[in-house]
Amino acid sequence: MSTYDDTFGRIAAQIEPFNKKKASLRPGTSFAGDLEWDSLTVMDFVAAIEDEFDIIITMNMQAEIETIGQLVDAVMKLQAE
Amino acid sequence: MTDLFSKFDPLIDERQALLDRGVRDPFSIVMEKVISPTEAIIQGKHTILLGTYNYMGMTFDRDVIEAGKSALDNFGAGTTGSRVLNGTYQGHKECEQALIDFYGMEHAIVFSTGYQANLGMISTLAGKGEYIILDADSHASIYDGCALGNAEVVRFRHNNVEDLDKRLGRLPKEPGKLVVLEGVYSMLGDIAPLKEMVAVAKKHGCMVLVDEAHGMGFFGENGRGVFEEAGVADDVDFVVGTFSKSVGTVGGFCVSNHPKFEVLRLVCRPYVFTASLPPSVVATAAASIRKLMHSGEKRAHLWKNSKRLHQGLRDLGFQLGTETAQSAIIAVMLPDMDATVHMWQALLEQGLYVNMARPPATPAGTFLLRCSLCAEHTDAQVGEILEMFAIAGRATGCIS
Repeated sequence: MSTYDDTFGRIAAQIEPFNKKKASLRPGTSFAGDLEWDSLTVMDFVAAIEDEFDIIITMNMQAEIETIGQLVDAVMKLQAE
Repeated sequence: MTDLFSKFDPLIDERQALLDRGVRDPFSIVMEKVISPTEAIIQGKHTILLGTYNYMGMTFDRDVIEAGKSALDNFGAGTTGSRVLNGTYQGHKECEQALIDFYGMEHAIVFSTGYQANLGMISTLAGKGEYIILDADSHASIYDGCALGNAEVVRFRHNNVEDLDKRLGRLPKEPGKLVVLEGVYSMLGDIAPLKEMVAVAKKHGCMVLVDEAHGMGFFGENGRGVFEEAGVADDVDFVVGTFSKSVGTVGGFCVSNHPKFEVLRLVCRPYVFTASLPPSVVATAAASIRKLMHSGEKRAHLWKNSKRLHQGLRDLGFQLGTETAQSAIIAVMLPDMDATVHMWQALLEQGLYVNMARPPATPAGTFLLRCSLCAEHTDAQVGEILEMFAIAGRATGCIS
């Protein structure tokens, strides 16, 4: 079972190629507001996260995830299942 | 009071900025007179139509029009009711029989539009706790079908067989799963590798729905669609389609061999809670579908047109959405909004109508002019179209 910090680090690494704004990455950083991602970027990023952790984040789940911290929680929960 | 329209301000401003540059609104074209499936009068100007999806040119077919007129005389202007109450006439059953004969399947259900067919099928087939797996570039009606239903929704990368396989492998085994594919993707005109995709879906125990909106009429031996050409008819559970493209009128449908298919008439809300198609519409659709069964020559001419336009545009130096002519849609890729709008207008001023498409309707933030060919475009018209593209392309600097 990976720790919160491990998961955060791996997610941050996946965000980097999409982080055109060079926004600082904290648990409270939001994808739409701070990173200013459009729906197409979100889609590519979600696919990358799914492949990194070998999980599925359904569109229903994605609708509930607004910040990096929420994504870390969701990924850890999905890995535990 | 908060004005509920405030959220649309950015769009209103963007549109105004476009019009202020002296460009005609690409989304407010009015056809003043329609001369044939391939020609109309737009702002007083004789215009060749190259953006109508009227692939088989059935809109002015004499037999189709006669069938509509006769139904109008004998059954009236509309049904004023749902299919499940007072809205099923003889014509609706005849139209469903025409679909059963065309597709060689056991069941057919007719919806009032193609959009509603996807909305109805997708929202009804997969319920709570079940899964819909769809291509990221799916049409809006497929996404809206997901939004209307309660299933879990999973996307895979466009036309990527390996990505689909990987995602299906991560899902729990037990729950029901529906994989939704399109024969032809309408923005770039590319076709799906259905043989491989359907095999992967079946390997993981999924049911498969294929939308053949842009494939019906001219793919496969019987014109059934890309799934027929790919040889996967036996493994596709549901085929969805529309009357507003090759059939030449309006309406939507689903055909299937599933033994319990008819129950959909009771549980599919977009089927139940709307008025059925007018008698004249189902009569024109049935007449058209029956003629499409024997349209080999028209099909051949449509393919010839598509291949010639693709090669011609490529030779002129345009960048196209596909390497070869995969369907009757040819997408001309352009670098940005400005170039796209100017090119679109330059074509219109010469007398050529094409569709302008931009994000978010297009994949990966692309701008494009979408051309859709018709079996009724003459060789001379295709020549004229290429000349107009050459002139407009040079005038706008899109080609050298």
